[in-house]
Amino acid sequence: MSATKIQRVGVCGAGGTMGAGIAIVAARAGFETVAYDLSEDVLGQARAETTPFFDKSVARGKLAEADRDAAIARYSTTTDLAGLADCDLVIEAVFEDLGVKQALVADLEKVCAKDTIFASNTSTLSITEIASAAEHQDRVVGMHFCLPAQLMKLIEMSPGINTSDAVFRAAWEWTEAAGQTPVETQDKPGFILNAFVVPFNNDAIRAVEAGVAEPEEIDRALKSGLGYRMGPFELLDMIGLDTQVRLCEAFYPVTLDPRAAAPPLLRRMVAAGHLGRKTGRGFYRYEGGKMFGS
Amino acid sequence: MAHRISRHGDSRSFPDGDPFLETGGGDAAVVHVLIGSEAGAALDPSDPARVVLVELDHECLGAHTGEDAGREGGRVLGFARYRNGDDPPSNLIELVRQPETDPDAIDLARAVFEDAGFEVALCSDQAGRIIDRLVRPKYNSALRFLDEGLATAESMDLTCRLGLSYPDGPIERVERGGLARHHDVTRALFEIYGTPGFAPARRSVVAAMRRDREGA
Repeated sequence: MSATKIQRVGVCGAGGTMGAGIAIVAARAGFETVAYDLSEDVLGQARAETTPFFDKSVARGKLAEADRDAAIARYSTTTDLAGLADCDLVIEAVFEDLGVKQALVADLEKVCAKDTIFASNTSTLSITEIASAAEHQDRVVGMHFCLPAQLMKLIEMSPGINTSDAVFRAAWEWTEAAGQTPVETQDKPGFILNAFVVPFNNDAIRAVEAGVAEPEEIDRALKSGLGYRMGPFELLDMIGLDTQVRLCEAFYPVTLDPRAAAPPLLRRMVAAGHLGRKTGRGFYRYEGGKMFGS
Repeated sequence: MAHRISRHGDSRSFPDGDPFLETGGGDAAVVHVLIGSEAGAALDPSDPARVVLVELDHECLGAHTGEDAGREGGRVLGFARYRNGDDPPSNLIELVRQPETDPDAIDLARAVFEDAGFEVALCSDQAGRIIDRLVRPKYNSALRFLDEGLATAESMDLTCRLGLSYPDGPIERVERGGLARHHDVTRALFEIYGTPGFAPARRSVVAAMRRDREGA
């Protein structure tokens, strides 16, 4: 399979935030896009948010009306895995669990053509381990989008140990054809982005634990001193403190990097239900979407 | 806010020509700002100002004021304007307090800098303050990732710019700030904290060795 032959793209987990965004990327770039998920309800919600997104793109002059209509026409949904049978590329963005992803790859092999490329959007798991469930491991590749996928250009591309050069090259070229910016990383925990961010956020939490400064002082320092758009505590509250714990639990046992271990304060806050924006309280308090001091 | 500035050697925070140097004046100053590499040595316990601010490099404020089992603090605060190597100084002032620093002194110190247009972040008197404590381990990781072949320097920098909206990536930033300087900072932090994240990365050790050899 070469990139020029990729015309039909399947997205597994398309009812989720990441999968929905990936489906938008594919449809917008001119590929027939099949959004797959287990429930009609979540697919319906994703579709209900996709059309307004395209409408906003038109309103902002980033997409022509005809291109919007064509993108919407290229977008279809299915709850039947067999609906992905004709896809040249299937990108999975299902729950971040090795067993779930391995089972999906194995099931996809049963319904898809032999040269279909399987890409995993995992942010923490090994591409090689995911691919190990496949009979033809050479066609599994890492393709990690950033949230929100429909807005962020970056894709971390990782070959597993058994990924063929041809598959990696075809997947790489597809990301470029889709208007994205790929970077190559080894198949290591967190690839590049999370390998930096997860320990860095933990360091910031430990600085609070150590009494170095309050969260808002640290956020202010990093934004003003380094030009970061968000401070680590604003970011943690946005992604969810429970998510940070899950990331730590994925990284630390593999890397044994002390910086990747979840700090006690993080665990206490999760136990207390202070998960960030979604619960109205994390390192800051939120009311009606507005942020107040910590 | 009545403040006066006295200079004691070259200042990393306020190089020659910095507009802040033109502020203040008058003997009746409420706040006395000591700047320069010898500011700490110039600290005078009989200084009549209500608040005294001492420019710091990497040392703790306690090195100049002395410490008292966690009861130290009064009217003297430390500060440093964050600067990456020889890049122009940023707009950030890290303001350093001790456990018993007078809250009114903190407010007055903050006002001096905020009135001059700076952003102020208050922190305790710990090595690396906020920025170096947090970014130096990240730069160490980036340098280690480079050695291990995780990705190219360009890919790591591009990833951080695109994925995190950073203005620059960790490799380009630490190289611009000077690998040998990074070595000096991390070695000092490692001596105090002893945790692996602060251990100087191999590339910075090499850079420091070459600098020292060339300087010998």
